[in-house]
Amino acid sequence: MKKHTKQDRPSSVLVAKDGRTVEEIRKDFPMTQALEHGHPLIYFNSGATSLKPVQVLDKMDRYYKEYGVNVARGVDKIGYDATKAYEDVRAQTARFIGAARPEEIIFTRNTTEALNLIAYAYGGSHIAEGDEIIVSVNEHHANYVPWQELAKRQGAKLVLVKPDKTGQVTPELLEEKMTTRTRLVALFHVSNVMGASNDLEALAEVSHRQGAVLVVDGAQGIVHHPVDVMKSDVDFYCFSGHKLLGPTGIGVLYGKADLLRAMPPWQFGGEMIDVVGDYETTFADIPARFEAGTMPIAEVLGLGEALAYVDRIGYDFIQAQIALLGQRMVEGLEALPNMEIYNASNYRNGVLAYNAKGIHPHDVAGVYDREGISIRAGHHCNQPTMRFLDVQSTLRASVNFYNTLDEVEHFIEVSKKAGDFLDVLF
Amino acid sequence: MSSSDNSNLYRAIIMDHYQNSRNKGLVENPRGYMTVRLKNPSCGDDLTVQLKVEGTMVKEVHQLGAGCSICCASASMMAESLEGQTLEEALRRIDNFNKMVQGEAYDEDLVGEAVSLEGVSHLPQRVKCATLAWQASKRGLEKIEDERARGLADHEANEGSIEDDVSPED
Ligand SMILES: Cc1ncc(COP(=O)(O)O)c(C=O)c1O
Repeated sequence: MKKHTKQDRPSSVLVAKDGRTVEEIRKDFPMTQALEHGHPLIYFNSGATSLKPVQVLDKMDRYYKEYGVNVARGVDKIGYDATKAYEDVRAQTARFIGAARPEEIIFTRNTTEALNLIAYAYGGSHIAEGDEIIVSVNEHHANYVPWQELAKRQGAKLVLVKPDKTGQVTPELLEEKMTTRTRLVALFHVSNVMGASNDLEALAEVSHRQGAVLVVDGAQGIVHHPVDVMKSDVDFYCFSGHKLLGPTGIGVLYGKADLLRAMPPWQFGGEMIDVVGDYETTFADIPARFEAGTMPIAEVLGLGEALAYVDRIGYDFIQAQIALLGQRMVEGLEALPNMEIYNASNYRNGVLAYNAKGIHPHDVAGVYDREGISIRAGHHCNQPTMRFLDVQSTLRASVNFYNTLDEVEHFIEVSKKAGDFLDVLF
Repeated sequence: MSSSDNSNLYRAIIMDHYQNSRNKGLVENPRGYMTVRLKNPSCGDDLTVQLKVEGTMVKEVHQLGAGCSICCASASMMAESLEGQTLEEALRRIDNFNKMVQGEAYDEDLVGEAVSLEGVSHLPQRVKCATLAWQASKRGLEKIEDERARGLADHEANEGSIEDDVSPED
């Protein structure tokens, strides 16, 4: 790997699609100005949730201050405006991920809820006794436990596929597990600990060859890669707003229209009905069928603003900046004698899973915290991956495009002090 | 005395307990012991203590766990501090330790070497690491007390197990 010195840093040449540099972009993110223990906050935990730009916050604020009424209920102008703004984000989200139709976009609370919705509504009606469900052993619990439980409910078999040593589930590895009984394959787009990327198009092809559907957990993937659900031909794609510059409380489920239409509703109440008789009810068409009750309207609008933000700066810039930072992080930590890195080859996705040898990750996290560096330590809601790596827990540093090389340099300096973990007490 | 004056001494005490953990390891046959396993699912700390109370005395305290330095060192200090005390005194020490790490007034004469962990009171996010072992013993000793109050003989009251997660609000 090429060494970057302070002099020949290329960071200044990286500009976003809108012509701005990282330094300018950072001004949009109030938390980049925050202090932690008297130090400027260095936020290296974007894998858990991203920072939010003011544009997203303002959009939500304006909704509450100017047209904060319920959607799809009134016949007044203000109700129409709110409904239009809400439905516009559905269409925008469809365009953002290359879906054919807005009604293929269902708003949920987060990725977890989207995956559970599929497990209940699709799984409950399409998975039968003896069928097989394939998941990898590098899934987040959100894309693991719902399938374990579904298999139990239906008497189906959960089949585990082990990724290669970089953490990728290759089409060949999936192929080995496919049988004529495979009905559903659930895999990550980008994994949250290893930071490996899967080739969705190839995996969809392998899944479809046996007539199975491919469910993709895109919580991390959509942060790093442009998504084109039609081109990749995945059947379901789920993600959370909060990891993609948006607010918490809003997630997206994309499903192919014919699959969604063949699924019964899973929650019942207002807005998801067609005709409610005394003893029988018929249900609305998609997407309303899966959006029971009052939805998180401000959050949907915030998500729309987040997607617009990503469009403005562009994935090319996001990928280039993250790769630059990731490369320097790997290079910096590899030069330290006491660090063990588990996923050096995946630096492009800005996630580094590692440990300081012989030191518990929580102790090391305390060292970072004291210097204002926020990283994650633990099992990252991914105990299967901990077993895959044969560790109890790890440190995870994850960067985003709003981080800088200076922050990475400081992170590397502080990493050298991992052994001083008792200092936090004094 | 402020903790910073003693920081080198305290560091040495903590490292000693971390690296040479006292009463570490569980008994092979848990019959006749109260076994308490507490986990903190949010960070993965996982600790088991085994207790034996005879008459008024806490005769044996064994501990084994996986966790950070604060959690493991604290478990060792706990075992050393409670073993050989009366049940009443043991509960008092647990209470006193909890007060110290939560930044409340405490009795310095009662905490012993665990005073080295006083700094945890400035780290609210680590308080649960420090209290896990003490909490486990408290749960076990209280259960033994309860069983005795129900009229069970000592050896019967000692026998039992608790397994629980500490919740974020604990
Ligand atoms: C790969 C992956 N899947 C699913 C999730 C769950 O996302 P949420 O908590 O927003 O539902 C996460 C979040 O950590 C994740 O990283």
